[in-house]
Amino acid sequence: MTRDEALARYRAMLLIRRFEERCAQIYVEGRIGGFLHLYIGQEAVAVGAMSLLRPDDYFVTSYRDHGYALARGTDPRPLMAELCGKVGGISRGKGGSMHFYDVPNGNFGGDGIVGGHLPVAAGMGYAIRLRGTEQVVLCFFGDGAVNEGAFHEALNVSALWGLPVVYIIENNRYGMGTSLDRASSVRDLYQRGSAYGMPRRDVDGMDLLTVREALGEAIDRARKEKQPTLVEVETYRYRGHSMSDPGKYRSKEEVEEMMRHDPILRFAKVLAERHQVEPADLEALDKDVIAQVADAVRFADQSPWPAPETLYEDVYVRSPYIHHKTADKDPAWRASVKDDRVPERFPERAPLAAPAKVEG
Amino acid sequence: MALITMREAINQAMREEMRRDPSVFLLGEEVGQYQGAYKITQGMVQEFGEWRVRDTPIAEEAIAGVAVGAAFVGMRPIAEMMTFNFSMLALDQIVNHAAKYRYMSGGQIRCPMVMRGPSGAAAQVAAQHSQAFESWFAHVPGLVVVMPSTPKDAKGLLKSSIRDDNPVIFMENEVLYNLKGEVPEEEFTIPLGLADVKRAGKDVTIVAWSRSVQYALQAAELLAKDGVEAEVVDPRTLRPLDEDLVFDSVRKTNRCVVVEEGWRYAGFGAEIADRVQRECFDSLDAPVIRVTAADVPMPYSKMLEKAYLPQPEKVVEAVHKVLYR
Repeated sequence: MTRDEALARYRAMLLIRRFEERCAQIYVEGRIGGFLHLYIGQEAVAVGAMSLLRPDDYFVTSYRDHGYALARGTDPRPLMAELCGKVGGISRGKGGSMHFYDVPNGNFGGDGIVGGHLPVAAGMGYAIRLRGTEQVVLCFFGDGAVNEGAFHEALNVSALWGLPVVYIIENNRYGMGTSLDRASSVRDLYQRGSAYGMPRRDVDGMDLLTVREALGEAIDRARKEKQPTLVEVETYRYRGHSMSDPGKYRSKEEVEEMMRHDPILRFAKVLAERHQVEPADLEALDKDVIAQVADAVRFADQSPWPAPETLYEDVYVRSPYIHHKTADKDPAWRASVKDDRVPERFPERAPLAAPAKVEG
Repeated sequence: MALITMREAINQAMREEMRRDPSVFLLGEEVGQYQGAYKITQGMVQEFGEWRVRDTPIAEEAIAGVAVGAAFVGMRPIAEMMTFNFSMLALDQIVNHAAKYRYMSGGQIRCPMVMRGPSGAAAQVAAQHSQAFESWFAHVPGLVVVMPSTPKDAKGLLKSSIRDDNPVIFMENEVLYNLKGEVPEEEFTIPLGLADVKRAGKDVTIVAWSRSVQYALQAAELLAKDGVEAEVVDPRTLRPLDEDLVFDSVRKTNRCVVVEEGWRYAGFGAEIADRVQRECFDSLDAPVIRVTAADVPMPYSKMLEKAYLPQPEKVVEAVHKVLYR
């Protein structure tokens, strides 16, 4: 890892942290509605994983999905606008927090149904096998998902058919408020891979380098050997399951203990020791990230509300195989378009008042 | 024209589309080596190989989910449900994934897949294997729901369903698999969302789809002996619904009976009755009457099964009611 790469990864983790801290604030102000599940504490997983992907790879995620999009390099502005329900949102205000997608970047994103996207990941892997390309699929889900039937069905067919999918359990110890030992008959979740004859391992998810090493091996296996892997990443979410969760099922001491292993602080040490990054560099970088988040919030504020006419858009794809007379009488068909709506690419953000320097 | 069965028509549609487009593939239980639980996929694995005609474990959510994921990235899967009774295990993939990802992503994602297989009542297989679920699927925005009643319709509509870029629920009927009919030998498709008059008449409109078209046609023959000419309208696609053809017919006959194999309570026939009373209020000489399955689980015994299902005689009775005879 070069110094620039290391700094970029640190910055990505910090961007997730600062972005979500700001989300929590504006949620309380009522500017974000519905559910808001924060990823804070788990940043090393998304950033480690995304740093290993090629541009044409795919990934699907659970609903705690902000981190993956940011780590993949999706502009935070349409993401913040999405959270605020604005038309400038990545999903035009129709998805919200749980439904971030960025198809040009391979992000088939947020699924609000626990475990529901695991068979979908297998299907993407099946498409890759049919086409004979070298792509891989990453599938992120929580420890709660391993008890769903979909987990079993997806892992079985993936191993059976040799699908290039890496299944990543982000074990943050709680499925909402139910601890793992009250939900799973085995503590070592990665061992469930043995039921499918699937390569498996567990890793410390609070350490970016360990995550990269483990996922790198699994991705290689998927790409070259067309074999799935089950990786259990042991991590921790500092915040509640969602904003409405006071977290009474775990002790303050436990949370504080885990925060001592904070992935961002740990990687800051690596930056200092191996890449001669000074504290001042990190401070400047933090300022830059905070400014980027402020810019995203500004963008969201300025983005208009979706017009009521957009309600019926995006239900169907306009198709010559649907009789036009019937299509024209149905509002959802009438509003359908032939092409996919590729997210708008936004111009580079305006230079900040005091450009932060982190290089050199 | 060739005289072929519904079974052959569906097989031909899939083969022709798989030859035409390498992104089309089929997966399901027993579709390959076994040649299909109902022999619909006979000979296909020999022609296309095991990756394009994929035998799956008995895992309906995986079948549907694999289809959804492959469709998201540009393939055109056909997921066979051995019967739609088992699609209940795959419902999350259909309702929460296939039907919604386009909307939730603001139009970034499309899901060009077909889920197909037999639906409706079979013969004496009891409550879990003899159900009509079209109302469930037709309820969901984002889905297309197709229910053919003839070999020609099955072939033309299935080809359109495979080519269409939306998720299509294509519900066949086991009892109709041996039904023979004329099918053009040349290439053809039938647009989705286009109804068809299966029998012309002037005295009453009977709306029916899938196997219920048979009940309606048999009833029409019985009625003809009595001098009543029934018009049988087959929507063919329940979502989107070509309501205009139904309205045109009702405006001519002034009377409407809807026949369906599903349960009465919240059944799809209620959607048609609602539209007809709203749009054809001035033309109606009688309330719309529905002939449906009984609101109980399907019983096993032959005698109870007959009592449960719509029958031509029950359709005749309903027509007499709307004619005040």
